Order: sequence, then C-alpha cells, then structure tokens
Amino acid sequence: MISVNGLTRSYGNFKAVDDISFTVRDGEITGLLGPNGAGKTTTLRMLSCYLNADKGSVIVDGINAADDPLRIKQMIGYLPESAPLYGDMLVFDYLMYIAEVRGIPGVQRVGEVAETCRIKEVMHKNINELSKGYRQRVGLAHAMIHDPQILILDEPTSGLDPIEIVEIRNLIKELGKKKTVILSTHILPEVEATCDRVIIINKGRIVADDRTELLQSAAGLNKKIIIRVSGADFGTVKSAMTGISGVRSVEPADDPELTAAVISVSGNAEVRPEIFRIIASNNWMMYEMKQDQVSLENIFRELTVGGANGTVQ
Amino acid sequence: MERFSEMSAIMRKELKSYFNSPIAYIVITIFLVFTGFFFFKDFFYFNQAEMRNLFQLMPLMLCFVIPAVTMRLFSEERQSGSFEILMTLPVTSRNIALGKFFAGTIFSAVMVSPTLIYLVTVVLLGTPDFGPVIGGYTGVIFLSAAYTSIGLLASSFTRNQVISFISAWAACFSLWLIDKAVIFLPSKLGFISYFGTDYHFQNIAKGLIDSRDVVYFISICVLSLMFTIKVIEERR
Repeated sequence: MISVNGLTRSYGNFKAVDDISFTVRDGEITGLLGPNGAGKTTTLRMLSCYLNADKGSVIVDGINAADDPLRIKQMIGYLPESAPLYGDMLVFDYLMYIAEVRGIPGVQRVGEVAETCRIKEVMHKNINELSKGYRQRVGLAHAMIHDPQILILDEPTSGLDPIEIVEIRNLIKELGKKKTVILSTHILPEVEATCDRVIIINKGRIVADDRTELLQSAAGLNKKIIIRVSGADFGTVKSAMTGISGVRSVEPADDPELTAAVISVSGNAEVRPEIFRIIASNNWMMYEMKQDQVSLENIFRELTVGGANGTVQ
Repeated sequence: MERFSEMSAIMRKELKSYFNSPIAYIVITIFLVFTGFFFFKDFFYFNQAEMRNLFQLMPLMLCFVIPAVTMRLFSEERQSGSFEILMTLPVTSRNIALGKFFAGTIFSAVMVSPTLIYLVTVVLLGTPDFGPVIGGYTGVIFLSAAYTSIGLLASSFTRNQVISFISAWAACFSLWLIDKAVIFLPSKLGFISYFGTDYHFQNIAKGLIDSRDVVYFISICVLSLMFTIKVIEERR
C-alpha cells in the first residue's frame, strides 16, 4: 500500500504539486489524469524518490521514502516519461546492466522480462534504433526486471501509434492483475480503458479521486441526445420536445440541410421512445438520433478548464 | 563501500560506453599525436633519449585532454534524461560518483599507456634512470585521478558538454598555472605554489614519492567527489 500525505513541491515560486494526499491499495491500476503541466510527473518523481518533497510524505508498506529511499527504490519499478534509456547500448546489454546494478542474476531474468514485454526480437539492437513502441516496451522491461510489487509509469503510451497504444495498454492491464500500477496520462480514453481508479489533478491539486466507473456514472447523470430531422424548423421541434418530461433544454445544433437539436436530459429518464413517437406522429423525417457518449471527458473538462474547485462526489 | 558490486557495474558500463563511442578514440589519438611530437622532437633534434621532457609536458597535456574525457559523464545523462533512471536505481549517489570516477581514471590510464612504447625506444637507445620513470608514471596516475575528479564535478553541474569541458579545463589549467604565477607575488605568498598540481607532479616525477604530494592529489579527489555527490543529490 502506498500512502501519500500532503505532498508539496515547488520549483522556485511555482508550486508544481500542492498538498496532494491519496492512498493506493495493492493490486489496483491507478490513473493520474490531468492536463499538461498539472503536476503529474512531479508527483510520480516524488513517489519514485527521484525528487525530494518540500513537504509531506510518501509511505510505501510502512516505510517512509525520506528515511530509506534505497529500500523504496528496490520495491518500485519506475519508467520515466518518454523512456530515456542509454541510446548507445544494445537492449540486451542494457537490461543486463540494470539487472547487475540491482543485484539480480541476469541472463534468465532478462529472458523472462523480454518474453513478457515481447521484445525478444530486438534484443541485439541498439536502443537508438528502436521505434518508440519498442523503446517504451524496453523501458517497461527495465522497470520490471526486479519483479517489483509497484510499477510507476509516466505517460507510458505518449507518442505511440494506435496499434502500439493498444498493445501497451493490454500489457499494463495484464501486469495490473498481479501488481500495483500507477500511471499518468493526459489522454482520457486511456484511463477509461485501463484504470480501476482515477485521480484527476489540475494545477498541482487533486480535483477528483474515485473509482473509474463511479466517476463515469456521475458524469452520466446529464445525458445529451442529438437528433437530426427534416420537415420542421427548429422552433417547432423545440416546442414539441420541451414538453417531454425529463427534458431540461433544447438547443440548436449546426447542420447545413437538416434541423438539428441537442436535447439535454436530466437524471436517468429514458426519453428516446417519446422523441421518436413525436417525430413519427408529426410525419417528420428522422435522419439521426444518438445519445452522446458521456465519458470522463465532461468531468475532466469541467474540473480542469472550468476551474471548479469542488471534488466530484 | 557497502555494495561494491553496484559501483563496479556502473564503472564497467561507463568504460564500455567510452570504448563504444568515437570520442574516446579521437581523444586518445590527439593525445598521442601531441605527446609523440614533443617526445620525438627532442629525440631527433637533440639526440636525447629520455623521458623527462615527456613528463614535464604531461600536466599541461592532461589539462586539455582529461576534461574531454570527463565532460560526458554526467552532462550526457542530464541531457538525455537517463539521469532520472540512474537516480531511481537503488544505488547510493556515492557509488554512482565513484563508479564514474574510476571509469574516467582507468580510461585516462589506458590513454597514457601507449607512451610506454617511447620508454622502450629510450631503453634501447639510452640508459634511462628508472626512478624518475616510475615516479613519472605514478605521478601521471595521481594527476589523472585528480583532473578526472575535477572534470566529474564540472560535468555534474550542467547538461551542456561544452560548458562542462570548458569549466573543467579552466579549473585544471588554473591549478597547473598557480605555481608558475607565484613569481609575480611577494615572497611571503610563496606557499601558494603548494596548491599547484604541477609543483606536486614534478616532485613525484623526480622519482621522489613523498607522502605530501600523494596526500595533495588524494585530497583533490576526495574534495571534488564530495562536492559531486552533493551536487547530484541536490540538483535534480
């Protein structure tokens, strides 16, 4: 278990991380989500004992990071942002070197992590020659070589192509079954796809912290339905739709040919059958009706751009 | 040195990357071309088969060459970001600094070792006094270690290898210059020459291995390494 209490770190006058507290239970995949410059990397750097905190503490399994950083470094596997590995080394040599420094008998263990991270075919290549995806996987192998209970990954999928992203995500999910994983990202779908739990930070503070599905359902309380019809102008559509119970507002949407409207619905009311009935009975032509995929994006935008200070409950 | 294996792993990795990069060979070549020129100049012009001139030149040569050897040790890691990986491995800063220091010193020793060929020609053609030769090489090792530690310190400050090189060169060169500058000072300040590397090196190169000179070089190493450790702990 990792518990972080009141962690604070400034660079000069700039407070990168401001009084952050959270706990991570064993065997969870936690996503640290926030826009660029929110303090994700700084937080992870303090967790991995690269940076010292100005204030606050990181306690891993009862050991305070400030008292015994070497022990913590042994327990954690850390992959820094964009995997800054030694470019002039062969993949195999690099992993052997890390194993040696960590005091693990090398060859067999290197073979195992190469298997898990699927980098067997590039073991004889220079790290500089690798594609970003392979480089990232070598970085993962580097972080896992001592079989740590905790993996800390800083933006593990940034800069990868879509196929590589899916591969790395699957790998992380697989690892998350046995290990505690903390990863950071500014990409929302990533959190939804991989994490059990999400912590949203903005401007160095935690603005939301909950299980992913709970946050999603909180966001789901405000649904939006988009319809495109012909045979009626927006005013007519609006007055017809406003009558449905549960509809909060009807806004026009942009469409060159058809009449388009965004219908906001509060609560869990299901209004789509009613909308369809009205359109059918008025003999309008319906071209499209879709429920907006409400995702974490809404919360994320609200919390980070809107500058809301409260936490989502 | 509770975990010797960590330090030696880092040292061997640094040595390997020295010999994997062209810079090593360029530096060695430049060093040998210059020392070779100055050695054989006397050898042929003055028909002197002796090592003394080589050793007289060595402190100045190493001033230029060793900063080129050490400039990458930390700067490159800072530049590429691998510093973060190094610092999150379960290794003490002391072992990191020592590993890099020994790698640099060993590399410098390897760089100087081809000059032993000059010694062979001297033995074949003349009758060298082995005291100064042994003293000279011992002095070169101590001097290299001292300059390497200064270069390591300069490298730990910056991510820019050029700045690292120039500041290390300036520091080494000033230490070489100190005992030459003493003639401009009142005689009361004559003790300042004790701070010069050349003063101590020439003592050892006479074949007189005095503990004072050895202590001088070792204390430069220890001081620089202590500051290096402090710098890498603080500057992240």
